[in-house]
Amino acid sequence: MPRLQSLVSSLTLALVLFPLGVSLVPVRGEDWLEFRGLGGASRVEQGSLPVELSAADVRWSTNLPGRGLSGVLVVGERAFVTTSDGPTQDRLHLICLSTATGEILWDRQVWATGRTMCHSKTSVAAPTPCSDGTRVYAIFSSNDLVCFDLDGNLQWLRGITYDYPNVSNSLGMASSLLVTGGTVIVPVENDSESYSLGLDSATGANRWRLDRPKGANWTSPVVLAPGLVALQSKSGIDAIRVSDGSTVWQYAEGADTVSSSALADGVLYIPSSGITALTLDPADPAKEPKQAWRNNQLSPSTASCAVAGNAIYCINGAGVLTAGDRADGKRRWQLRLQGPYSGTPVTDGRHLWAVNEAGLVQVVELGEEEGKVVATLDLGDEILCSPAAASGALYVRSNTKIHKIGK
Amino acid sequence: MTFQGPLLARVRGRAMLLVGSLAGLMVQSALASPVSDALPAIRQVDHEGQGNAAAARAWKVLAAADASALPEILAAMDGANPLAANWLRAAIDGIVSKASGRLPVDALVAFLAETRHDPRGRRLAFDLVQGADPARAEQLLDGMIEDPSVELRRDAVAKVIARAGVLQAEGKKDEALVAYQQAFAASRTVGQIQTLAAAIRELGGAVDLARHFGFLTRWQVAGPFDNTGKEGFAAVLPPEKFFDLKATYDGKEGKVSWQAIETTDEYGMVNLNITYPPPPPPADAKPAEGGSKEGIKEVLAYAATEFESPLAGPAEIRIGTGNAWKVWVNGQPVFGRDEYHRGTEIDQYRMPVVLKKGPNQILIKLCQDEQRKPWTTEWEFQLRLCDEVGTAILPADGVATQERSQ
Repeated sequence: MPRLQSLVSSLTLALVLFPLGVSLVPVRGEDWLEFRGLGGASRVEQGSLPVELSAADVRWSTNLPGRGLSGVLVVGERAFVTTSDGPTQDRLHLICLSTATGEILWDRQVWATGRTMCHSKTSVAAPTPCSDGTRVYAIFSSNDLVCFDLDGNLQWLRGITYDYPNVSNSLGMASSLLVTGGTVIVPVENDSESYSLGLDSATGANRWRLDRPKGANWTSPVVLAPGLVALQSKSGIDAIRVSDGSTVWQYAEGADTVSSSALADGVLYIPSSGITALTLDPADPAKEPKQAWRNNQLSPSTASCAVAGNAIYCINGAGVLTAGDRADGKRRWQLRLQGPYSGTPVTDGRHLWAVNEAGLVQVVELGEEEGKVVATLDLGDEILCSPAAASGALYVRSNTKIHKIGK
Repeated sequence: MTFQGPLLARVRGRAMLLVGSLAGLMVQSALASPVSDALPAIRQVDHEGQGNAAAARAWKVLAAADASALPEILAAMDGANPLAANWLRAAIDGIVSKASGRLPVDALVAFLAETRHDPRGRRLAFDLVQGADPARAEQLLDGMIEDPSVELRRDAVAKVIARAGVLQAEGKKDEALVAYQQAFAASRTVGQIQTLAAAIRELGGAVDLARHFGFLTRWQVAGPFDNTGKEGFAAVLPPEKFFDLKATYDGKEGKVSWQAIETTDEYGMVNLNITYPPPPPPADAKPAEGGSKEGIKEVLAYAATEFESPLAGPAEIRIGTGNAWKVWVNGQPVFGRDEYHRGTEIDQYRMPVVLKKGPNQILIKLCQDEQRKPWTTEWEFQLRLCDEVGTAILPADGVATQERSQ
């Protein structure tokens, strides 16, 4: 989506959705408001991020109180990140920092009301929060969900496992939140009591609760259009109207339960039999989409694919970056990067910024015929999150720090 | 029979305490301070977002309060449900962030000294004292080795461990051993207990981990029953309907009956693959996918024991298992979960129960799925009885056994 269109639609969303009494801060096009950014495409404006990188480009690094691998949000001049700490990782933090200085502006804590057990590689602070520009919504692996305004005033909270005691995953939950149409989409899908919920973004009350396929699911939803989201599971994709939770169409050919779909320019790229591309009806995205192509040579692993320009970029479990043509899905080229990766790369269509688990930022020049690593920056810090990108800077976090790289 | 959520049950179990605390708040609100007036709205939040809108308005009042209000807000956590406690917790963050370090330390220490207060509130009070006056907080820990707050107790025990380490380094092994043993007896934190057990053993001391935790080690088991397609989890099989140790049942491969087993695992792990080993594979069998097959699949079994409780009253059943399971106490369902092979740890599941004095029957159903990966062979559980702090409840006669009912 062009930047102007993004800005206009975001402004419209902000103006329509938020009731009086909440300080109204327009969502800006350059904000990063959800896991993998707008549409989950992990896409930024061309030329907005630095290609040449050196240690001097690390503008600030701030110690975090607690661990986590959730992604960073950027809303105007504030960055938001979640952490957990304590002997059982049951102290849950939502932290607001100044994007200019890295100073922690506020830190709000709650205690976990659900189980905090998870695999040692992940964390209770695994899901990325989301924002509509006036509030920040954060969920944790314990299924505790909090909503604060940008100044740190608590708006509401929920304990999803407190409400539904078998909503949990002993390996850890990781699906990120989404907010659209005044509804917070809360995927808490697992082997047992498996739901996705739509909550009133103003009060946290249930608008709807859907029974979902039983099975561990770490994928995150994607906004298909205002008021319409895609929920991904092992069964495929369900397009859900956020006003009432009704299903408007289904793609039932299965999908991955780790890497998530991405939407770019009206096409949904699903990790299903490799990648399957569905073209939404531009006049009515609620209508059944058409399959554009499928290619099993595009095989994302933990990281999801990024989409920009005329290509889709996927990193597999061996750290091999594959570029696929968005027109027909055909593989253009491959490039072995230094992996492994947990986080989804960011791209502007000309370059791609990939941060591996060892904290090595690799900048790849994206050609028609090949890709080439043109710059690297070693952060010396384990990075498992998907980077955020806003106003010319990348934001990544580790179990101990958050870093700003760029302008 | 329906299964009751453990947290819901916990809330119900505290109903009387909540009523009492609300009454106290009503008396306080007669004093008409804005904080006192705001607290009831916070405490009335409940499941599925109930009361959130009113709580948000009240929260602003609390967060704007002076730091002198901290003890009152902390006290409002007494008997509060976990959601209300979190509203209060976040408000305290708001107060502290604008207090510029000027906290009512003496009042917080006095609050902390009253162990009747909610453990979460007391731990938070300690953290506030620690932030304002670290030396004083450190001193306070010396009296907290038996504290009802698991976290405060953990930090107090850590100090004893550090002292024991110094003694050990100085070659004073006997004194170090005594200190480690004191710390071990007090500790209720799994990792700390394991560290202490190793230290005591290194110095020649003995520890009984199963007894310290309160793991139940003697069971009667019946199985295997069919769990093809994981359907056995929901199926109500005869042992759930009527418990009879002399009964025989139609199992998956023929008649099955109860048999006594005892685990010697010091963490009380009951391994059903030992009780029900798979038949030897045919000579021409291909290796199982991903590794060797060490257990039978798509089965379930029941394990039962009788626990002689020394007292009537509230307790916790804590279970660790990577298999799907259900548990009953005295014929009443407590909880169950149909998750397979996502990991296990001690105290993975905590459930409040009420024990009667004398014999209490505990029945667990343990299900195995169809997966053939090496990490999916486990078919085991550990179960212990303790109080809310994690202190083992030991049987009246010192043994958790099924023997008396045979």
